[in-house]
Amino acid sequence: MYAFEFHRPSSVADAIAALKAASDGKLMAGGQTLIPTLKQRLAQPSDVIDLGGIKELHGIRQDGNSLVIGAMAKHGEVAGSDLVKSVIPGLHELAGLIGDPQVRNRGTIGGSLANSDPAADYPAAVLALNATIKTDRRSIAADDYFTGLFQTALADDELITAISFPRPEACGYAKFRNPASRYAIVGVMVARTGGGVRVAVTGAGPCAFRLPDFERALAGSFSADALAGLSVSPSGLNSDMHASAEYRAHLVRVMAQRAVKAVR
Amino acid sequence: MTKFGVGQSIRRVEDQRFITGSGRYTDDINLAGQAYGYVLRSPEAHARIASIDVSAAKAAPGVLAVITGQDIVAGGSGNTLPCLIPMENRDGSAAKLPLRVVLCTDRVRHVGDHVAFIVAESLSAAKDAAELVQVDYDSLPVAADTEQAEQAGQPLVHDAVPANLSFDWEFGKRPATEQALAGAAHVTTLKLVNNRLIANPMEPRACVAEYDAGGDALTLHACTQGGHLWVDPVAAFMGMPREKIRVLTPDVGGGFGMKAMIYPEYAMAAWAARQLKRPVKWTAERSSDGFLSDVMGRDHVTVAKLGFDADHKIVGMEVMTWANMGAYINLFAPFIPTGAALKVLPGVYDVKNLVYRVKGVLTNTTPVDAYRGAGRPEAIYLMERLMDQAARELGQDPTELRRRNFITAAAMPFQTAAGERYDSGDFAKVMDTALEASGWSGFASRKAASERRGLRRGRGMSYYIESTMGDPQEMARILFMEDGTVGVVVGTQSNGQGHETAYVQVLVDRLGVPFDKVKILQGDSASLPFGGGTGGSRSLTAAGWAIRDASEVVIERGKHYAAREFEAAAADIEFSRAEGSFKVVGTDRQIGILELAAKARAMPAPAEGVAGMDAEATAKIDQWTFPNGCHLAEVEIDPETGVTTIDRYIAVDDFGVVVNPMLVAGQVHGGVVQGIGQALYEHAVYDEFGQLVSGSFMDYCMPRADNVPAMEVRTVEIPCKNNPMGIKGCGEAGSVASPAAVINAIIDALADLGVTAVDMPATPLRIWQLIQERRQPIAAE
Ligand SMILES: Cc1cc2nc3c(=O)[nH]c(=O)nc-3n(C[C@H](O)[C@H](O)[C@H](O)COP(=O)(O)OP(=O)(O)OC[C@H]3O[C@@H](n4cnc5c(N)ncnc54)[C@H](O)[C@@H]3O)c2cc1C
Repeated sequence: MYAFEFHRPSSVADAIAALKAASDGKLMAGGQTLIPTLKQRLAQPSDVIDLGGIKELHGIRQDGNSLVIGAMAKHGEVAGSDLVKSVIPGLHELAGLIGDPQVRNRGTIGGSLANSDPAADYPAAVLALNATIKTDRRSIAADDYFTGLFQTALADDELITAISFPRPEACGYAKFRNPASRYAIVGVMVARTGGGVRVAVTGAGPCAFRLPDFERALAGSFSADALAGLSVSPSGLNSDMHASAEYRAHLVRVMAQRAVKAVR
Repeated sequence: MTKFGVGQSIRRVEDQRFITGSGRYTDDINLAGQAYGYVLRSPEAHARIASIDVSAAKAAPGVLAVITGQDIVAGGSGNTLPCLIPMENRDGSAAKLPLRVVLCTDRVRHVGDHVAFIVAESLSAAKDAAELVQVDYDSLPVAADTEQAEQAGQPLVHDAVPANLSFDWEFGKRPATEQALAGAAHVTTLKLVNNRLIANPMEPRACVAEYDAGGDALTLHACTQGGHLWVDPVAAFMGMPREKIRVLTPDVGGGFGMKAMIYPEYAMAAWAARQLKRPVKWTAERSSDGFLSDVMGRDHVTVAKLGFDADHKIVGMEVMTWANMGAYINLFAPFIPTGAALKVLPGVYDVKNLVYRVKGVLTNTTPVDAYRGAGRPEAIYLMERLMDQAARELGQDPTELRRRNFITAAAMPFQTAAGERYDSGDFAKVMDTALEASGWSGFASRKAASERRGLRRGRGMSYYIESTMGDPQEMARILFMEDGTVGVVVGTQSNGQGHETAYVQVLVDRLGVPFDKVKILQGDSASLPFGGGTGGSRSLTAAGWAIRDASEVVIERGKHYAAREFEAAAADIEFSRAEGSFKVVGTDRQIGILELAAKARAMPAPAEGVAGMDAEATAKIDQWTFPNGCHLAEVEIDPETGVTTIDRYIAVDDFGVVVNPMLVAGQVHGGVVQGIGQALYEHAVYDEFGQLVSGSFMDYCMPRADNVPAMEVRTVEIPCKNNPMGIKGCGEAGSVASPAAVINAIIDALADLGVTAVDMPATPLRIWQLIQERRQPIAAE
């Protein structure tokens, strides 16, 4: 780890000010990605701005027909929340499948979405549930948020404050874990929403994406069988020692079917 | 049976310390004036070093020294670490054994090879300085594949080793075996890969080197599996007499063979400590040091033939293995695939003719050496895969084929075709116990139930035999301390096994001393003239024996003192092991052993050089032991995803006399899980450029608690005849047994698709691909 200046602001405004004042500042949520990166000397920020002291970023609440999760909500809080469980059970379940207890007790939804790891779980939920990413300056629709490998619509100095999930009629998540890291090799969330069926995939591509033909098939008949004849092209999908692109393409269909079966 | 004696499941006394965080490991040691070392490693798998410029690094803040290979060579020292194994090729010529280089001078040969050692006031200062070392690498082509390495046109890892062939070794009767196979009614042929593994103990390697300029002496604190073994290599590297080297080992958090070796970093730390006259500490980081420099395990490609006569009895076995040694030949490395594997290559069967050839190849990868089981898992995996495949080909039940070929209990002692003499064992009895415990006959209904859930169920057996091994002598010293406790000095080194409990049980059993008054003293190379360390499942057999013999000396001496105390004849004194007291026969006069020991200090000794009741003894092991057992696995495979789940696992082992059933169960659990790791999850993968693809825990998959079922573990006690306690040893057994049980079960689950072979690790991807190739998966409902 290289030396840096450490800040612990107590408001979003102070955090943004510290970020703007720094020559190369980095926000820190739970540090689950940032700290290993620093320890391996893969990044050399001039300033690290810890978001842990900003009250407005914490907490989970219901706002009308939406669930609003503060950026600093830890995965373990979401997985342990009765509110989340009653409003969006599929999201509750997804959070409990992230990493291991240690990771869930530090990692945050804001950090996960800002980082946009291709194998992270939340992106599938954000996209399938048509969530809105709220930042210090605007709201970003899920469909506009994920732009590429570790790429999002966020500006360099933009801070996620909360994520707003409209309550779906029902949703389900199925995850095929990387046996080593336990990230998603393929994760699929299927949701029946007011705006129709949405199917979102994480792990398989450079960033989370939707499957329009799966959505159409499920709109016709919301059943696992409706997906049986569908396939996904391996072209452009991730390939590594754990899963070839062909295998991932196959798993997308299998996990989509299992997600439909898991819908609650 | 005394309360804390042999045969009792006493809780591990060391665990109080370990699980409350008060264990003291090497990295917990901090000495006054300590400096920190950091190794600059090669990012290239194979390159010439055109130049190394350390001037900027030397000038960096806090830097005390930047040591390169040139410095070591200029200092007059050999820049390599030894290999202890004499090797001869099958044609009688000498093997070529390029030794592990401490710091590279002109060439790097694997990613992580050692280029410079930077010592600074803090670790971060050392790391900062490391970035200032300028190394010019001229990349060279890379040989990384085990099977390809000896092929024409492959780059040479060492110019002096043609075809990357370090050795070409052979044992056995080739003409007789070939003839037997030619005349066989059936020959089963198999090619398999024994995947490369990274040991990954919880505690990474570490050392603190301390130099005493006044006495010109070096103390190395390090995590070892027995520090005695390191004294000579360190002395040789440092150019110091062996009496000036002391190796101290504090608590050790797992070794698995990997920590038995002296490593380049330890040599560097010792060198730097002498140069700076300050203690120098080095601790491995997991991915950036451990994954690149810890010796790895296994990595064989093997082709084998097993011939049967018309009665399905084995007539001959021919085996050819390519064993990847990595870029250098490490301490024990050539012995693992050859002599160590050979010991149990025929398994528990009467294999009349055997020939075993091993080509040790060099590649641009991290060196390979002993890893839990060390050669024996590779051998048993081969034999047990062969037996299952032969059973399928012959249309015979795998248990029956085994039974027909078992060496029988009546045939013991039995001289095997591999040259070992099995002293005892009843393989049929152990197998039958396992079959019964597993509900083997209820398999069909379980399989049907799995099929209803869209899953394929398979079952697999592995009957393993182990040959324990290591230094054939071991010493123990029993010391009666002033504070009323008893110290037992040993030359083995617990690295998690529970010696501090088991050894005490042996002593309590012999001397009847209170359990909580005994302390096991290990980890000091200066405390005994020799010590064989821990490895090869030898410790309880070797050190337990020595403790037992030393106890007898204590009793003899005790009788002498008791006779004086009671003014009786020594012949009239008897010792009660249960009570721990000396009595005058036929009277009520008696004295406890600890009380007598305290008095004995002031009494005239029975002989010159004897101090009170303290005693020592050396056990000489002329024949090792042969733990064996039958392990059964049942798996379920999800054909849609290729995921294998182990549903049931049953281990029935013959470890001879069991000193502590709970410790034994713990060793079996751990070993089995390690073998499951090899079978399903773990794989050190190099790409064609010699880069380690599975370079961290993000990709290198260790087995975890949720990967293993609750196991059923039982023992059948058939006492060993080769030592007075009847012990066989259990440390490696699980890892020897489980890979074949699991893979055989997977093959069984897929057999109706025409699958006859599955290589390890049987990852979901690999299984899915196999099913795809057969293109007839049974559909989930
Ligand atoms: C061993 C391990 C296993 C894991 N397994 C999984 C898994 O199975 N599934 C999964 O989804 N994830 C997994 N993760 C990721 C983990 O759950 C975290 O979501 C992720 O590491 C982000 O961590 P963090 O919230 O602590 O953010 P940090 O590491 O603190 O920050 C990550 C990045 O986001 C930026 N950032 C943080 N907060 C904000 C914000 N509010 N606004 C703008 N930018 C911000 C930071 O500047 C940084 O660039 C795993 C991580 C580990 C270490």
